[in-house]
Amino acid sequence: MSAPSTLNASPSAGPGSASPPAGSGALLIISVVSAFLAILGAGLSHDPIFRMQAGTFALAAVLASFALTSGLSGAKLLDHPGEYSDNVIKAGVIATMFWAAAGLLAGVLIAAQLSWPRIFYFPEAGWLNFGRLRPLHTSGVIFAFGGNALIATSFWVVQRTCKARLAGGITPWFVFWGYQLFIVLAATGYLMGATQGKEYAEPVWYTDLWLTIVWVAYLLVFLGTIWKRKEPHIYVANWFYLAFIVTIALLHLVNNAAVPVGPLNHLSYGVMAGVQDALTQWWYGHNAVGFFLTAGFLAMMYYFVPKRVERPVFSYRLSIVHFWALIFIYIWAGPHHLHYTALPQWAQTLGMTFSIMLWMPSWGGMINGLMTLSGAWDKLRTDPVVRMMVVAMAFYGMATFEGPVLSIRAVNALSHYTDWTIGHVHAGALGWNGFITFGAIYCMVPWLWKKKEMYSTKLIEWHFWIATTGILLYIAAMWVSGIMEGLMWREYTPQGFLAYSFIETVSAKHIENVIRTIGGLMFLSGALIMIFNIWKTITTPDAELAPAAPTNDAPAAPATVIA
Amino acid sequence: MSLWKHHAKFERHSLLLIIGIVVVVSIGGLIEIAPLFWLQSTVEKVEGVRPYTPLELTGRDIYVREGCYLCHSQMIRPLRDEVERYGHYSLAAESMYDHPFQWGSKRTGPDLARVGGKYSDSWHRDHLIDPRSVVPESVMPPYKFLAEKELDYGDIVDRLKAQHAVGVPYTADMIANAKKDLEAQADPFSTDAVALRARYGEKVANRDFDGDPNKITEMDALVAYLQMLGTMVDFKSYKPQSPENQR
Repeated sequence: MSAPSTLNASPSAGPGSASPPAGSGALLIISVVSAFLAILGAGLSHDPIFRMQAGTFALAAVLASFALTSGLSGAKLLDHPGEYSDNVIKAGVIATMFWAAAGLLAGVLIAAQLSWPRIFYFPEAGWLNFGRLRPLHTSGVIFAFGGNALIATSFWVVQRTCKARLAGGITPWFVFWGYQLFIVLAATGYLMGATQGKEYAEPVWYTDLWLTIVWVAYLLVFLGTIWKRKEPHIYVANWFYLAFIVTIALLHLVNNAAVPVGPLNHLSYGVMAGVQDALTQWWYGHNAVGFFLTAGFLAMMYYFVPKRVERPVFSYRLSIVHFWALIFIYIWAGPHHLHYTALPQWAQTLGMTFSIMLWMPSWGGMINGLMTLSGAWDKLRTDPVVRMMVVAMAFYGMATFEGPVLSIRAVNALSHYTDWTIGHVHAGALGWNGFITFGAIYCMVPWLWKKKEMYSTKLIEWHFWIATTGILLYIAAMWVSGIMEGLMWREYTPQGFLAYSFIETVSAKHIENVIRTIGGLMFLSGALIMIFNIWKTITTPDAELAPAAPTNDAPAAPATVIA
Repeated sequence: MSLWKHHAKFERHSLLLIIGIVVVVSIGGLIEIAPLFWLQSTVEKVEGVRPYTPLELTGRDIYVREGCYLCHSQMIRPLRDEVERYGHYSLAAESMYDHPFQWGSKRTGPDLARVGGKYSDSWHRDHLIDPRSVVPESVMPPYKFLAEKELDYGDIVDRLKAQHAVGVPYTADMIANAKKDLEAQADPFSTDAVALRARYGEKVANRDFDGDPNKITEMDALVAYLQMLGTMVDFKSYKPQSPENQR
C-alpha cells in the first residue's frame, strides 16, 4: 500500500534542466541578514537571557546560510517539480520521533520528581526544577512532537489528496527548520527562565513573533498546494488541517499580545490583566486542545484510517455536520477552566453549556472514524497499526466524554486543581494524540522510504501493548489520586473542622505518583521501541525484508466526496 | 437532498472555506470575552488594591519565571472548605493589575492567594531553600539559588513603564523613583521608606526579607511578593452582598 512519489501529470523535467527551488537565494539573503541582526542584538543587550537566545538564533541563521550556500554552489539543492516533496516529510517524521523521546523523557523526569523529591531535585541546578521542566514537557509533547507530526502529515496528505507538489519552492523547508528553531528557542528559554507565565503559551514575545512568521509561511504552503490541486474538491482531512492552522494563528496572536520591557529584553507584560487575561488564556488554552490536538489530529484520522484499512470514510454527511459543529462549539468551552473563580457566572455557565454540547460533535468524529472499519474489523486482529489507531479513537471518545463531565460545575468543584485533570489530559494526549500519530507514522515510514513494510511487526505489537498498559496505569493512578485529594480537601471532622492539612493530601498521593511514573516510563519505552523499528526500517535494504509484492498505487484520496 | 450540494461550494473554494472557518470560530470568543472589557460589573469596586511596589514586581517576575503557577493557584473559590482553609474567596479586583494573571489550574501545593502574613520571612526563606527542612513530606523543588543570586533590577524603570503601557496606574513619580523605592523596601533602616509608603500605601513594610543585610537577593524580592499576596483588600469595608458586587 505504498503511495506514488511521482506526479504522473507533470511534464518530466529533463536531467539537465534542474534548478534550485524557488526562493532559495532570497532565503540565503534573509539568513545572512538575520544572522547579522541577531549577533548585533546579542552584543547590545544587557539581558543575559536575551543574549543567549539571540546567540542561538544567530547560530541557526549562520548554519542556514552555510547550508544554503553549499547547496546552491554545489548544485546539490535542486527542485524536482515532477515529484512530491517527500524529503521535508522524512525530516518531519524524524523530528517528530526525536521530540517525542525528548518530551516524554521530560515528563517521566518531572513525574519522578513528584514521586521522589529527595532524589530527583538538584539544589545546585535550579534550572532542572519542576517549574521550569513542566513547560518543557508540555511544549515538548504538544508543540514539538504534536506540531511536527501535524506539519509532516499535513504535507503528506495535502499533496496526495490534491495530486500536487507542495507549493512555495524552498518555503516548506523554511517551515520545517523555522519550526525547529521555534522549539529550540522556547525550550532553552524555559530552562533559563524565559516564560510568559501562561500555560501552553509560555514562549516569550520574540519567540512568539518568530512562530508567527513560520506559521504564516506554513499557511501559505498549505493553501498554495490546495490552489494547485488537480481534484475539484478539497478532501475532508484538509478542512480540518485548515481549521487547525487558521484558528491556531488567531489564538496565538490574541493571547500573546504583549508589551516588551525593552527591544533587547526578554521580559514582557501581556496587554490583558486579571479576569480578562484569565478568560483569554483559557479561550486559547482550551482551543489549543480543540484545534491543535483535536482538529489537526482528526485530519490525520480522516486520511490514515481509511487509507490503512482500505475503506471509504463512513459518512460524508456526518463529516460535514461534525466539522462545522466541532469548530463552532469548541471556541465557547474555555470558561469551564474557570468555574467558581472570579470570572462572572454568566460566562462560566455559557462555557459549561457549550462544553456539554461539545460531546456530540466529538463523538461524531469518533463514530465516523471507527465505522470506517465496517467490513474490515478483522484487521484489528492482524494489523497492530490499525489496532493502534482504533484504540486512539476509543481514547478520543473516552476523553471527549470525560471532558463534558468535568465541565459540569458540580463535578468541577471536586475535580478542579486535582490530578483528575492531569489524568484526563493524558488520556487524550497519550491515548488519542500519541496513538493516532504513531499509527500515521507507521503508515508513512514504509511509504516515504520505499519499503514494503515496517522492519518488524512484532515490535509494533510490543510498542502497542507496553504503551497501552502504560496509559491505563497512568490514568487510573490519576483518577484515584485526583478524586482522593479532592475529597480529602473538603473532608470535615464530626466536630466541623477540616479533617486534613494540605500536606496530608500530598503524602497520600505517593503511591499514585509512583504508578504514574511507571506508566509514563512504559509509554516512553514504547516510543523508543518505535524509534528503533523506524531506524531499522530505513537502514535495512529491501532484499532482507520479505520479497516485495506488487504495490497498490491507487491514488491516495479515499472517499473524497462520495455521499 | 439539495442542502448537501451547497456544501460543495466550501469544498471547491478554499477562500470561502477559510472565511467560513474564521466566521464560525470567531462568534464564541466575541460573545464570551469581549463583554468582559466593557461590563462594569466584571471587576468589583474595592478599597486597597494598588500596583505592586518595584520590589514586589520583581518578586512577581521571579514567581512567573520559576513557574510557581504550575503547582500553586492564586484563586480561592467560594466553597466552604476553601474559604476555611485559605481565607476569603478571591475577588476579580485582586488580580486587576496582574499581567499575566496567576490564578493557576493545579494545586500540587496549596493555594497562595492569601499566603501573605501567614508565615514569617525566615520560614519562607528556610522553606524556599530546602522545603523538606520545614515540611518533611513536601514535593516542592529547592530554591537555594534565590538566596545566593543578587537581584538584577537594572531595568526596573523600564519594567514599570511597560506595566504602565499595558494599563497599570503607575504614576510618573512612581516610575521616576522605582530604583530608590526598590532599595528602600529591602532595607529595614532606609530613610526613603517614608516616601515609598507615601507612594504605595501605609501597609508597605520595609524589611530585610531574606535575612542577608549585605545584598538585595532574588529571595528578598520573592518573599516580599509572597508576604503581600492577598493582603491588599480591606475586607472589613467590602460588602459582598451589596448589589454592585453581585455578579
